[in-house]
Amino acid sequence: MIEKTKETQKKPAHETEGVERTRAAQIYRPDVDIIEKKDSILLIADMPGVDEKTVDITLEKDILTIYGRVDVDVADNLELVHREYGTGDYQRIFTISDEINRDGIKATVKNGILQLLLPKAEVAKTKKIPVHAET
Amino acid sequence: MLWTEGFDIPLRGFNPWTNLLRFEDEMNRLLSRFTFPSVSEFPPVNIWENEQEAVVTAEIPGIDPKAIDISIVGKTLVLSGSREPENVKEEESYHRRERWYGKFTKSIELPFPVESDKVEARFAKGILTVKLPRAEADKPKKITVKSA
Repeated sequence: MIEKTKETQKKPAHETEGVERTRAAQIYRPDVDIIEKKDSILLIADMPGVDEKTVDITLEKDILTIYGRVDVDVADNLELVHREYGTGDYQRIFTISDEINRDGIKATVKNGILQLLLPKAEVAKTKKIPVHAET
Repeated sequence: MLWTEGFDIPLRGFNPWTNLLRFEDEMNRLLSRFTFPSVSEFPPVNIWENEQEAVVTAEIPGIDPKAIDISIVGKTLVLSGSREPENVKEEESYHRRERWYGKFTKSIELPFPVESDKVEARFAKGILTVKLPRAEADKPKKITVKSA
C-alpha cells in the first residue's frame, strides 16, 4: 500500500452563512474516513481533545452535524514557544440520505476519535435479484 | 501577499494604483484571518516553556498510549509509534479517506537540557502531554550583589 504523506495540518471549518459565533475559539474541520460496510456506514473523525461529554451530534432532517468542544488545559505560567497545531473546536456537517436508519445511529468517542455507525435502512441493503431463465 | 511585485509606490498626485493598493490591503486583511500554523509532520506538536520546565503536547488521536515510544537523547525528545488503518474487508469500501496513518518518528528539539528521569507523560483524549523538568545545572541562577 502506498504510504500517504505524513504532513498534517488542521483545516479551518467553513463558516456557516448567517451564523455568528459566541465562542472566540477557532473552529477546525476534522479529518474523516467514511467506510461503507455491508449493513452500515462507518464515519471516523479525528478530534483530539474531545471526549464523550464535549461532543455533540445532531440530526435535523438530512443534516448531520458533528461538533466537538475543546478546552485548553495547559497551565497559565507556561509560554507557547513552538506551534504546529492550533487549539479550537471541531465542526463538520454532512447530509445523509433516506438510506440510513436514523433511529439506529450509534456514536462512540475514544482517545480523541469519534466513531459514528450509521446503519442502513432495510430498503437500502443490497438486494440480490434472481434472474430466471425463460423456459 | 497579493500584487506586491511589479511596481513601486508611485509619486504623489494622480495615482492610478491607489484603488488597487487599497484593494490589496483589504484582501490581505481578509485573508489574514485564514493564516494557520505551518505544515508539520505527524503528529503535530506544540512546545510550552517557562524557566523551570518545558511541556510538549502532541495530537495523536486514536493511538494506544502503550504503543507510544518516548525517548530523550540530550536535548532531543523523540516520539515514535504507529497508527493503524481501519480493518477494511473486501466487500467494504472507502467513500472518503482523509485521516493519516502509518509509522511515525518525530524528533523535537527542546529549549534546554532536561532531567530525563523526572519526565512525566500523560495521554488523554488523543493528546499526549510530556512534562520535562529543566536540568538543575541549567536553571538560571540569581546572583545577589553584596554591598561592601
